[in-house]
Amino acid sequence: MIVIVDFGLGNLFNVQRAIEHEGGEVLISNNSGAIRSAEKLVLPGVGNFRAGMTALQERGLVGCLIERAIDGIPLLGICLGMQLLMDESEENGHTRGLGLIPGKVSYIRNQRTFDQSCKVPNVGWRALFKNPGIDTWQGSLLEGFDEGADCYFVHSLCVKPDESGDELAYTRYGGLQYCAVTRRGNVTGCQFHPEKSGTAGLKIIHNFVHGDK
Amino acid sequence: MSEAINKIRVIPRLDVKGTNLVKGVHLEGLRVLGLPFEFAMLYYQGGADELLYMDTVASLFGRNNLHDIVKKTAANVYIPMTVGGGVRSVDDVRGLLNAGADKVAINTALFANPELVSRVADAFGTQCMVVSIEAVKVADGRYECLTDNGREKTGVDVFEWVDRVVGMGAGEILLTSVDREGTGHGYDMELVEAVARQAPIPVIASGGAGKRQHVVDVIKQAGADAVAVASILHYDLVGRVSHDESSGEGNLDFKKRTGGMQEQLRKRIEPTSVEELKAEMVRNNIDTRMGDGGPR
Repeated sequence: MIVIVDFGLGNLFNVQRAIEHEGGEVLISNNSGAIRSAEKLVLPGVGNFRAGMTALQERGLVGCLIERAIDGIPLLGICLGMQLLMDESEENGHTRGLGLIPGKVSYIRNQRTFDQSCKVPNVGWRALFKNPGIDTWQGSLLEGFDEGADCYFVHSLCVKPDESGDELAYTRYGGLQYCAVTRRGNVTGCQFHPEKSGTAGLKIIHNFVHGDK
Repeated sequence: MSEAINKIRVIPRLDVKGTNLVKGVHLEGLRVLGLPFEFAMLYYQGGADELLYMDTVASLFGRNNLHDIVKKTAANVYIPMTVGGGVRSVDDVRGLLNAGADKVAINTALFANPELVSRVADAFGTQCMVVSIEAVKVADGRYECLTDNGREKTGVDVFEWVDRVVGMGAGEILLTSVDREGTGHGYDMELVEAVARQAPIPVIASGGAGKRQHVVDVIKQAGADAVAVASILHYDLVGRVSHDESSGEGNLDFKKRTGGMQEQLRKRIEPTSVEELKAEMVRNNIDTRMGDGGPR
């Protein structure tokens, strides 16, 4: 059973539909018991980082998510869900995240190389490329994904993992090159929405449902 | 300019009345073209970047009626969907998001209730909150906002309104020229350029595309971040889909006419598919997502 963590933020039904489309069995839950018995977990989310962490804390879900990640259960964070995996974010002042992947979340507009005439949020289709040092996406959620194919992004902050080994794919927008997919062991984060990225995104969902990551 | 670095989105705009896809001129005089879901599927398969559904008579009835169409589309189409028309409250937004929409477009309700922008942005995220602006040029050359699907004046200056909604947390602006809408004469370049320059958030240009060149121009010259397109796409598909004969809404004669296009529009509207439009954009050095249409 794949459990989509319901912490009140995000359109969970679209993620559910995409997983079911790829043959997965899904439960949407905010119950720590369900999360503890899930085979795989999805942490979705749209909205802001502080609201996300507060929502997880209020529902008593932080501990069990971290436990399950340490247990080696495949955990996929989408959009805000990816950002919450990191150590901290500067959104609305500094807020600590789940700390599952070392790194920070910061505003696109604060990046030195960003072309300020470009719009934020970054909304639209952007291509995914392999990070230097990554020979192959085999064995990851991007297995079989065509390098250069586009996925759908909508965000105002971007993730910077501390360790280059945790960067699986990057993308480009407004002169900026930044992390599109971060992965550390069984924990993966996608800045884009795989459930809204056409057949390219469904490939990633398929890998999540049927693979061991 | 941004179009050299960033992919530009092509968003088919589907205006819905009852159960039918309709197309108007200046947002009125609606003609029935077919079933919204069937058009949406074909656009998805053809490589559309997003879909936009507008309920054209919602503010007359005080609600948005597209939930069934939204649910069916969300079950089959894996690209973002924006829904607008008669959205009045955070609860309305929640209902549409639960039905499968990713974003909502709101216009009329904001004039009585401008803080709705912040409330929706706070509850669901700024990316969900698309402010829809229906603009008309007035006697002294200024642009003013209209509401109720182009039926009512507000006297509010478009550029002041843009500043206001951006300040309150709007994620994107859907900018429709009521003067150009449905005419095939091209987008209102002056309007789009001014708003695109002013707003730090993405601006989706809507209203007036009659030829592929118009779409190229509004991106390259006016700086639109995305384009909403209706007539040129719908008229390309109009022969191919069935329609709901039982519904009495809209002008059915248009659909039944062989060839399906009135003489005065025939010369101005260059029917085109999503693929052909994107190919034209690429030929003009505009980057856009190619291929990877939905499953056929």
